[in-house]
Amino acid sequence: MTTIGVLALQGAVREHIRTVEACGVQAVEIKRKEQLNEVDGLILPGGESTTMRRLIDSYGFFDAIRQFGGEGKPIFGTCAGLILMTSAIEGQEQAHLGLMDMKVARNAFGRQVASFEAELKIAHVAEDFNAVFIRAPYITEAGPDVEVLATYQDRIVAAQAGHYLCAAFHPELTDDDRFIAYFVQMVKKSLQTLAS
Amino acid sequence: MTNRGTERVKRGMAEMQKGGVIMDVVNAEQAKIAEEAGAVAVMALERVPSDIRAAGGVARMADPTITEEVLNAVSIPVMAKARIGHIVEARVLEAMGVDYIDESEVLTPADEVYHLSKSDYTVPFVCGCRNLGEAARRIGEGASMLRTKGEPGTGNIVEAVSHMRQVQSEIRRLSSMSKDEVMTYAKEIGAPFELLLEIREEGRLPVVNFAAGGIATPSDAALMMELGADGVFVGSGVFKSANPAKFAKAIVEATTHYQDYTLIAELSKDLGKAMQGLDMSTLEAHDRMQDRSE
Repeated sequence: MTTIGVLALQGAVREHIRTVEACGVQAVEIKRKEQLNEVDGLILPGGESTTMRRLIDSYGFFDAIRQFGGEGKPIFGTCAGLILMTSAIEGQEQAHLGLMDMKVARNAFGRQVASFEAELKIAHVAEDFNAVFIRAPYITEAGPDVEVLATYQDRIVAAQAGHYLCAAFHPELTDDDRFIAYFVQMVKKSLQTLAS
Repeated sequence: MTNRGTERVKRGMAEMQKGGVIMDVVNAEQAKIAEEAGAVAVMALERVPSDIRAAGGVARMADPTITEEVLNAVSIPVMAKARIGHIVEARVLEAMGVDYIDESEVLTPADEVYHLSKSDYTVPFVCGCRNLGEAARRIGEGASMLRTKGEPGTGNIVEAVSHMRQVQSEIRRLSSMSKDEVMTYAKEIGAPFELLLEIREEGRLPVVNFAAGGIATPSDAALMMELGADGVFVGSGVFKSANPAKFAKAIVEATTHYQDYTLIAELSKDLGKAMQGLDMSTLEAHDRMQDRSE
């Protein structure tokens, strides 16, 4: 059975597990890097990116996640997870995992009082997706291989590059499973490709 | 259509803090130490609870200079405390752009009868609770996050343990009730009926519940996670210890890996002296911050 891991160092882990299971596949909380061998795809959840990065380093996840992606296994980052995946961050000298060729601005819509919900059109996914943005980042520059999936007020808020997917908002906080179902399909497709 | 300050956005912000540690800080330097150690948020204060306790007198919202200094120092969310029922302190903090307000019994209450109507605000609120009735009343008023009250500034975990167990045990009791028993239970514990029905259905609170009030060591933090806390607030514990940076990091890691006892043993080595701590029996009734509100 297809199994998707949710990095469970900190953040909205339970919501992702629930949504992945609602899509009919198995979900596992990943607390140790060895567990990555047991899953076919990985979700980097929302939370505090600075905190998650400290814990990623403390528990040797840095190289393990990069290797996981390097093997062609799909990774989906939401909010803080997107920040972890990008190759450059505005105002910071160093980025984190550097999986996607793009630049991101953190807390780019403002502090918590500016957090919002809005309806979005997401390519391949939905015409009317209710997206929840919480102290959200957005993508300021996307490389040539990065496909923009959604924009909000002309800012890029969802993107895909091959087997890497990211969103500045939280698809796990609503009952609309379509975006996560799209990632589940990516994982299933990669299993076929990797097997052949 | 863009909607700000919705229930989902306010509760969601607290969901993102799960599994993390929120630390009390009194200046930019402490805030940076907390962020560096991996805190998911900081609580900007004029004095930590143990100093508030020692100083006596009326404890109020912090001087905005301190809050602003902390807001500018870190990129993680910043929380701040307003007095219970103090509409203007809460509005001032909201206007300053703090990410979360703690309507807190650590400060001297401004209103001994009414709490804030928290659903009226764009900024989300966290409130303390000792039992399910109190938890449900705060959610009913619009709190987007809860924490145990514990007994702040004591470095003694006993009250936080009792409050966490009490809430969990009452939720279990509620879950086993038939629907026709719920109204009478709602009356007994002074909780909104509809909310109790929702909690009974889900088997848990609709918002996250952190541990707070007396956490002084990495083991204390792990204990509260073991008991079902969604995360941990550390008040006086970090910056009243001998080596705050090391202590802060150890508490963060113990919270993440709360069931890895070998790791917690390692983390707890050579941490230096934890905060002094107080026994509950030495507190007079008027010293008990947890009894300042219901």
